[in-house]
Amino acid sequence: MSLPRLLAGVRDDRPLSLAEHLAIHGSAPAAGPELFDALDDAGLRGRGGASFPTGVKLRSVAARRGSKTVLVNGAEGEPMSSKDRVLLRCAPHLVLDGALAAAAAVGARAVVVAVPRDAPRALDALHGAVAERPDARHVTIAPVPVAYLAGEETALIRYLDGASLKPTTSPPLPFERGLRRRPTLVQNPETLAHLALILRHGSDWFREVGTLGHPGSAMVTVCGAVERPGVQEIALGSPLDNVLLHAGGPSDHLRAVLVGGFHGTWIPPAALPTVTLDDEGLAWHGASLAAGVVVALDVAACPVQEVAQTMAWLEGQSAHQCGPCSNGLPAIAGELARVAAGYDDGHGLARIERWGGLVARRGACRLPDGAVRFLRSALEVFPLEFAEHARRGPCRACARPLTLSVPASFSTVAA
Amino acid sequence: MTARIRVDPIACSGHGLCAELLPERIELDEWGYPIVDGEPIPPDLLAHAREAAAACPKLALRLTAERRA
Ligand SMILES: Cc1cc2nc3c(=O)[nH]c(=O)nc-3n(C[C@H](O)[C@H](O)[C@H](O)COP(=O)(O)O)c2cc1C
Ligand code: SF4
Ligand code: SF4
Repeated sequence: MSLPRLLAGVRDDRPLSLAEHLAIHGSAPAAGPELFDALDDAGLRGRGGASFPTGVKLRSVAARRGSKTVLVNGAEGEPMSSKDRVLLRCAPHLVLDGALAAAAAVGARAVVVAVPRDAPRALDALHGAVAERPDARHVTIAPVPVAYLAGEETALIRYLDGASLKPTTSPPLPFERGLRRRPTLVQNPETLAHLALILRHGSDWFREVGTLGHPGSAMVTVCGAVERPGVQEIALGSPLDNVLLHAGGPSDHLRAVLVGGFHGTWIPPAALPTVTLDDEGLAWHGASLAAGVVVALDVAACPVQEVAQTMAWLEGQSAHQCGPCSNGLPAIAGELARVAAGYDDGHGLARIERWGGLVARRGACRLPDGAVRFLRSALEVFPLEFAEHARRGPCRACARPLTLSVPASFSTVAA
Repeated sequence: MTARIRVDPIACSGHGLCAELLPERIELDEWGYPIVDGEPIPPDLLAHAREAAAACPKLALRLTAERRA
């Protein structure tokens, strides 16, 4: 089977019924511990952002004693991403197949699916799908806040356990102590959908698409300055140029392309023809696919304004519970606003660099690390633009509507 | 056995006491929060490291001992 795999048979943006799903994919064989080897051989890595080997994670949960849970992390807190919402509302049975197979293989009884509150169609599709199948009695569907941290696994677990949406200190990691303090397998819905197909067709089939280092297909959200923004299923290793063309092509000349969303890396135009979308290919450019958000920034946009506003927004999404993050991110955001406005004493950019170094890798979660990666890459790719703003203040493009935008449904502060 | 120090960033409130007790390995950032490098603590500093961990009012400083593989 070629592409699409996960979205096979999907038409009109409506959920596939159980009958349609079975007609397209066939029924899944029972899953046991042999699934771990299949996942290792397939080389499946998590599609929620961290690219962690899925087989390794399943094994570590399987090795724990006691009752366990599978948590499907459909929170999709990355503001410009819609691939998980699309997958949940169009192919809910494939995700449930994956979740139930993972549960069987690791010895978990309960399955919880977290879905953002602003995704009523995904919620309806899942409720419909659960009602259609007798094997989904232990599946719970949990609407969760729309916030960046909603998808951070420890914050999500704490929230689902009835407390606030704030990360917890690890260790212990969720596989050791997660929902209701039980070992918990946390996976992105797309990861589980791939798992469901690997269970059916095997690891060689999975590797027919993608690269040796990053096999399979991936769901990406292509947005910004393209003619037809939306979600695509691509072969990993696809040239970035082709993926932009599939989205109708750039709607304008491009200033840069952001790969990896608000934790991502900027690719300058000169590098565009050589970029392939797989973790090894992107590593050449200091980037990774993360959750698969690709944003085209057109030439008329002001990168300084985009970055300053995004950093201010990310600062607002912090849970403000670790010293370096809750002091450093506001300091950086404030200084960036001054640089963008031209109120700079000549040392603003140096301070931003220093604070970036103090914030990264010192929090309970990786929100500050991602924010700093995004910031540093911007300073590297747009040095002249930052220096110009620091000296002369706003440019003509500063007042344009932002390309890096956040849906209105997002909580302004961590809920 | 290799001992390392770790800070629980949520529990730590930036008292800075630890940096006074173990200046060889802990410095404070400009907001008063400890910077630790995660490198093994040499045997001659172990006693000081234990003292710093015990003195932390938030129990945020931990001395972790790992058996060498
Ligand atoms: C700030 C932050 C936000 C995150 N948001 C998401 C998210 O929206 N969806 C997701 O699946 N993983 C998200 N993650 C990663 C999860 O913590 C976790 O690694 C992932 O759900 C594991 O699933 P996977 O291995 O299938 O990718 C986020 C991590 C961080 C640090
Ligand atoms: S690093 Fe920042 S966002 Fe993460 S838990 Fe600490 S304060 Fe919250
Ligand atoms: S003594 Fe404890 S609370 Fe104070 S700065 Fe050190 S680790 Fe943080």
